[in-house]
Amino acid sequence: MKMLNETRLMFIRSIQHTLRNPIWIFLNLFQPLLYLFLFMPLLKGLGGVPGLPAGKTVQVFIPGLLVMLALFGSAFVGFGLVDEIRTGVIERFLVTPTNRVAILLGRILKDVVVLLVQCILITLVAVPFGLSVNMGGFLISLLLYAIIAIAMASMSYAFALIFKSEDTLASTLNTIALPVSLLSGIMLPLALAPLWLRNMAKINPFSYAVNASRALFAGNIYNGDVATGFIIIGLLAILTFWWAIKSLEKMAA
Amino acid sequence: MKKGGNYMTDQLIIETKSLRKNFVSRSKGKDKLVEAVKGVDLAIKKGEIFGFLGPNGAGKSTTQKMLSTILLPTSGEAKIIGYDLAMQQQQIRQNIGYVSQAGGTDSMSTGVENLVLQAQLYGLDATTAKSRAAEFIARFQMSSFADRQASSYSGGQRRRLDIALGMIHHPQLLLLDEPTVGLDPLSRAYLWDEIKQLKNDGITIFLTTHYLDEADKLCDTVAIIDNGEIVAQGSPAQLKSDIGADTVLFGFSTEQIAQKAKELLAKEAKAVKVEVKDNSVYLYIQDGERLLPNILRLMDTHNLDVQSINLSKPSLDDVFLKHTGRSLREDNL
Repeated sequence: MKMLNETRLMFIRSIQHTLRNPIWIFLNLFQPLLYLFLFMPLLKGLGGVPGLPAGKTVQVFIPGLLVMLALFGSAFVGFGLVDEIRTGVIERFLVTPTNRVAILLGRILKDVVVLLVQCILITLVAVPFGLSVNMGGFLISLLLYAIIAIAMASMSYAFALIFKSEDTLASTLNTIALPVSLLSGIMLPLALAPLWLRNMAKINPFSYAVNASRALFAGNIYNGDVATGFIIIGLLAILTFWWAIKSLEKMAA
Repeated sequence: MKKGGNYMTDQLIIETKSLRKNFVSRSKGKDKLVEAVKGVDLAIKKGEIFGFLGPNGAGKSTTQKMLSTILLPTSGEAKIIGYDLAMQQQQIRQNIGYVSQAGGTDSMSTGVENLVLQAQLYGLDATTAKSRAAEFIARFQMSSFADRQASSYSGGQRRRLDIALGMIHHPQLLLLDEPTVGLDPLSRAYLWDEIKQLKNDGITIFLTTHYLDEADKLCDTVAIIDNGEIVAQGSPAQLKSDIGADTVLFGFSTEQIAQKAKELLAKEAKAVKVEVKDNSVYLYIQDGERLLPNILRLMDTHNLDVQSINLSKPSLDDVFLKHTGRSLREDNL
């Protein structure tokens, strides 16, 4: 009860900050919109290759794009935390009896809400391009993106708490996020990839998320890909969240 | 009144035994052990203003961070308000306030939002938290800016909010890490008054400072810390009288002359202590004012050309110098 209330307080504080500067919600949309407008049309001509059925390129591309948004949109949230570590805000919270989980969970829930708004906006923009949305599948896919956001935000916060510096954080996150997105079949289906690349993608948890996202957009809710995606990303989220909490507890020590 | 746990001694609000903190710092691929705090024993009395005086890096902040539960000691024991630091962290957190050097004000929120949230984090309900925030806004004269986002505050305004945040739950003990650093003289004076007022209200204050005047004028007890160790402790008056001597500072044109003067003074003057530092000689002597004319004559007969002279009553800097061989003033230049 105490922890829930503290999580609520931390969430309200974070969301107030976001609403005070709502421009960031939209700035983060710039990149996926560019992909949507300037990259997706290229795929149309490719329709018919493995993994990209003719006339269904939008249907394949958008679910991947949303995973990318979840991945990159949440990967850099640690920057705000570095600033609050530097100005002593986090230390101030730590000297109160506030539950340590609540301090991070409140923030992460804010990141989830921001991401879900962004995912809905991108999906709406994609509808005129011929995206057909299966409502049940879409709602479940939002849950998947939320879990991706928890995993990525936790990782970002853990690194922020360990490095306490923007520079190190930026290079570390870029080093991780780029190969992870390349190896997940977001841009082009992995079905096009040579075998060795497909095998490499198998160790990337986000490739399973992309598969699950595509299955959900196709309306295949009871698909095995969906279950696998949720289990793998769910485990990743638990692991990174636990790591972030440990990093918070160890921050000063 | 809140009741604490079991007091080791009723009069002590902080008691530490051989509190230590080691860090491992990694530079050029090599691990290096840094002993930040080397076994500090503290006995801070209820209701006093206790000051930790020392240069930057002496271990003041590290000690305070350990006492505020956010830094785990490497070894040693501490009781705070009767609670054991290793076992009863939640109770300690609930009953102490801590304001770090960085402050802790959230610049994206308004003063009111900062205060209300902080009160709620200490378990107060929304209504009580709001009235508590109002209480502190009135008390610290923040009403003209409390509704603005904190990013627009001046240094002094921000500091007031920092301290209000540390006190919002009416703690019995307040830890302040360098509370007046970087403040203009006016804000500084205001803060000193406020700290004295807190003492009058029965709150124990443990502050760190590297300002001599702050330790001297504000604190009931001062512990001088250098290199992770307490080198002297007592009331400012006591510490200064332990020096037992005035300081006469002679300036010479070269270090050689200063060295000669030192030898002469050590032999002829009834000095407590004579030290050379660059071109200057520090002569610690009782009754300096009366003896000075004779000393000058003595220098004259030995052809030691005194370029400047300065006599001062003992200060905390002399205390620091006596115990560490360095001046705190020079450290802070």
